[in-house]
This record gives sequence, C-alpha cells and structure tokens, in this order.
Amino acid sequence: MHASVRPAVSVNIPPTVTNAGTREATSALSMRMTISKVNFFYGAKQTLFDISMGIATNKVTALIGPSGCGKSTLLRTFNRMHETVRNSRLQGEILLDGQDIIAQDVTALRRRIGMVFQRPNPFPKSIFDNVAYGLRINGSKLPIAEAVEKSLRHAALWDEVKDHLHKSAYELSGGQQQRLCIARALAVEPEVLLLDEPCSALDPISTAKIEELLVQLKDLCTIVIVTHNMQQAARVSDFTAFLLLGQLIEFSPTPQLFTTPTDPRTEAYITGRFG
Amino acid sequence: MATSTTAVPSAGPVAGSRSFLSRLRDGDEIARLITFLFAASVVLITLLLVFELWQGSVLPRHKFGFSFFRTSVWDPIFDQFGALPFIYGTLVTAGVALIIAVPLGIGAAIFLAELAPARISDTLEFFIDLLAAVPSVIYGLLGVFIVVPLMREYIQPGLKNTLGFLPLFQGPAYGVGFLTAGIVLAIMVIPYIISVSREVLLSVPRDQREAALSLGSTRWESTWKVVVPFARGGIMGSIFLALARALGETMAVTMVIGNTPTISASLFSPGYSIAAVIANEFTEATGAMYTQSLIELGLVLFILTFVLNGFARLLIVATSQRGAGMGHT
Repeated sequence: MHASVRPAVSVNIPPTVTNAGTREATSALSMRMTISKVNFFYGAKQTLFDISMGIATNKVTALIGPSGCGKSTLLRTFNRMHETVRNSRLQGEILLDGQDIIAQDVTALRRRIGMVFQRPNPFPKSIFDNVAYGLRINGSKLPIAEAVEKSLRHAALWDEVKDHLHKSAYELSGGQQQRLCIARALAVEPEVLLLDEPCSALDPISTAKIEELLVQLKDLCTIVIVTHNMQQAARVSDFTAFLLLGQLIEFSPTPQLFTTPTDPRTEAYITGRFG
Repeated sequence: MATSTTAVPSAGPVAGSRSFLSRLRDGDEIARLITFLFAASVVLITLLLVFELWQGSVLPRHKFGFSFFRTSVWDPIFDQFGALPFIYGTLVTAGVALIIAVPLGIGAAIFLAELAPARISDTLEFFIDLLAAVPSVIYGLLGVFIVVPLMREYIQPGLKNTLGFLPLFQGPAYGVGFLTAGIVLAIMVIPYIISVSREVLLSVPRDQREAALSLGSTRWESTWKVVVPFARGGIMGSIFLALARALGETMAVTMVIGNTPTISASLFSPGYSIAAVIANEFTEATGAMYTQSLIELGLVLFILTFVLNGFARLLIVATSQRGAGMGHT
C-alpha cells in the first residue's frame, strides 16, 4: 500500500495522504483513486511512463496535454477500458478506495467508475431506455422511473425532455445527447465519473452547460476530465495534471498550475508555445 | 442546366451554343445523365418483366381467373391448371429454410464479428464468400447424394419416433420432400446471412460497444443488447436477401423436393415449388394454355417475392420507430 503519491516531476504535490484509515484525521483531502507507477504499452510501444498521481474525492481533476500525450490512454486505464484494445498491457497499480482495480471483477468496477465519451454516443433507443440501460443490466431493484428522473435532473436535462421521454435519443441536439450520456452514466450511481474530451464535438453554449454541470456534479461523485482545452481545465477543475509524451510533467492545484507552473514545459504549453 | 447558363450573356444563338458546349464540358451534367439512365434501366427492366409475364399469361388468366390461385389440379391433358400446390411448396420450403438458417447464420455472424480473433474471422469469411458463390446445382448434388439418404435413413425416422405426434413429422420417409428441400435451401442461404450480418455488425461504431461496457455490461450484454439491436436493420436485410434467394431457388430444390404437386401438413411429403415446375415442364409444355399457365406461375412467383419483400420492409419501418434516425443502417 502506498502511503503517499508522488507525481513524477512536480514538487507541487496536491494529494499527499491516501491511506484510507488516516483520511479524515490527517487531511481535508481524501483520495478516491491512487495511481502508482503506471506504465502502458500498445504492443511494443510504450505510451505511458511511470505515472503516479491521486484523484481527490469529490473534486474535479483535469488531464491536459497536446494530442497524443497519453491523457486519454491514462483515463481509459482507470476503468480498464484499455482492455478492449488488443495487445495492450498495463503495469503498475491503480487503487480505487484502496483496492486494486485489476483484481476486481471488471463489470463491477465499471459500475463504480462511469465514463462519458468524446462524441455523444446514445443508444438508438428512447431517452428513457438510454438512462435505464445501466439499471436494467445491473438488475437494479430500485424503481426505474424514479432513478431515471433523478439522473436526468442531475444531468440538467430533465426539464428539456420530461415531456417526451419515449422519443428517440437521436432527436436530441448534440449537447443534449451528451448530457443524456452523462445521465446514463450517473444512473448507476458511480463513485467516479470519467469524461474523455466530452465537449470536443459540441458548440460553445452546450459546452458551457456541461462545464456548469460538472462543477455541480462534484458533490455527487469524483470527476476526472480529459480536455485539450486549457481554458476548460482552468474553469472546471480543482487539480490539473499536464502530460507530455506519456509522462506526467506537472500535477498541481489548478490555479497554481496555470499561474505559477514549476516546469518550463508546462509554462510553454499553457502560454501556447506548442501543442 | 439553368444554373450553367446564368453566367452566359443572353445573346441568342451564341449564348445557346456556348451553354451547350459548357454543358458538354460540364462533367457533372454528363455524369448525372448517364447514372440516371443506369438507375432508370432498373425500373425499366422490372416493368418490362411484369409486362411480359402479364402478356404471356393471358389465356389462363381469362380462363381461370382467381381460381388459378385456389385450385390444386395440374392436368396438362385436360388443360386444367391450379397453382396452389406450387405456391404452398415454395412458401413452405422457404419458411423451413429461414427457420433453420436465421438462428445459425446470425449466431455465426455474431461469433465472427464480436468474439472470434480477427485472423479466424477473416479466414472464415473467405470460405463463406466462396460458399455463396457455389453454383446451385452443386448444392443439388450435395442434397441428392448426402442429405436425401441421411434424411431417409436417420433424420426422418428419428423425427418420427420423437416428434411423430405432430402432423408435421408423419408419413413415409421418402428422403425427398419439403423438409429436405428446406434443409438444402438453408445450407445455401446461410452464407448470405453470415456474410452480410457480419459486415453490419463490424460497422457498428466502437463507441456504442464502449458505452455499454462502461456501464458495467458484460461482453455478451454489450453484444446482445447494444451491438445487435444497432445492427438490426442490416441483419434484417440479410434475412430478406436469404428469403428472396430461397423463394426463387430452382435447381437445387428441383433435385430434392420430389416434384409432386402436393399439399400436405407433413414436411416429409414430396412437393413441388413454382421455380421447380417451370424449370421441369417449360421445355416440354405443349399447347398455348399449358405454356401460358407456366408463365402465369412465373408472374405469381414475382408477385410473391415482391409482396413478401414489401411486407418485410414495412415490418422494419414499423418496428424501428423508437430507434428513429437509424434508417441508414
């Protein structure tokens, strides 16, 4: 068990205490997830190098970096979605609430760690059935209609769709579809919600709505968001991790990373000199 | 045309000739015309076909009217012709074929698209495409030399001993008959179902699968509850292709169906199909009434195929309302 987590390069370590037993006693921050020394390979090609970081409970953690830096790959290891890719290999340890995710049943794990994807991907079913999908496959005993309403409210979509829940999800706008996907993920009440560039296919107004939503959702679950948009990271996140070429360059509280970055590469990136 | 002339000054013959030349040079216009003609030829050929069948069957249509569809006598000597046993044989054999082929074909397609390693899937796909290209007379031989003896010696007695209380599985085991024809047809259409369904399943966007997995679905749940429903339209398409093939298949059916115009509840009974009777009797048909009755059978087969396909399409539209926006798959 790792008592502390050190980001590879930065000295600005936001999360320090991860030991579940001393969580309340020693720190205001508790860690929902702990990532230690993660290396990742596609075949022979290594795409993540020795990444260690903590994901603070009920906070928003942003992963930023230029295209191909490995931020999406890292995110996808958190719910073991990388396993859908052949020839991929993960080394290192990822803990959720102190338990190794690799040792767990993968379907149970993914119920606890929800995911929202780059492009809205509702199922070709009704709005209601989309949100109910996760509840149904998990054999939830809860009344489904109530759970669906609750999730849609959390995703700030209820008022827009409550009168046509049985219409096809494809009739919604792109932004609404993405909020539907968030509602679908929230329905199974995950502890962590992973978002992989959730706004990259959306217009500015829809993007603003989702950003607003994320800030509200942190009370409900822990959020990790991958974004190529630095302003977005600055607006919504509490902690920001900057990745470059598969390495974690800097990991700090968001205001600190954007105002006083310690690594020259971070500074170069956030001031727009590359990427 | 209007758009290509707007830029030209409207000065009588000059403008006219220039617009003609510019239209000639305008590849879009030519391409549009040529491709339109090609597309129109499809409709034209279909109409011509119906017209020919209609014209060629004037005698029996006038003599028998609708009773052609209701009567079972097929007597060239007394010029009495009824199509019912042939219609029955065609529908029953195609029905048996689909009942066998659809679950097997879709199951195989799911395995190839979702579960098998890519190398195995691609290799098998090669053989499946090969099977789809085997001439039907070869399947007929397979039927005569392998399926018929198997049916007579093992399968039909076996069915009789176990399910013999059903009228479907009663009567003498000749080997040839509806069931045998249906099985041979099933073997013939399975490659179509597998090949098309596999393609459709493979084209389901990856993010649909991932969405299902990320909600805690098992691999099978994501396949069965998300990927397959997404591909439903295309899978249905593969079934219609199989149905059309089964309805019209001539050679292989002729070789194993028994060629006896019978209507019987028993699948063991020899029968006859529309395509088979046309193939068998057309060259020997003497007299206008006989020949034209066979042509009318052709018309009936055409209508049957048309109606069943239309019905199937309606079924798709009616059942895909909820998943609207999926018309293209």
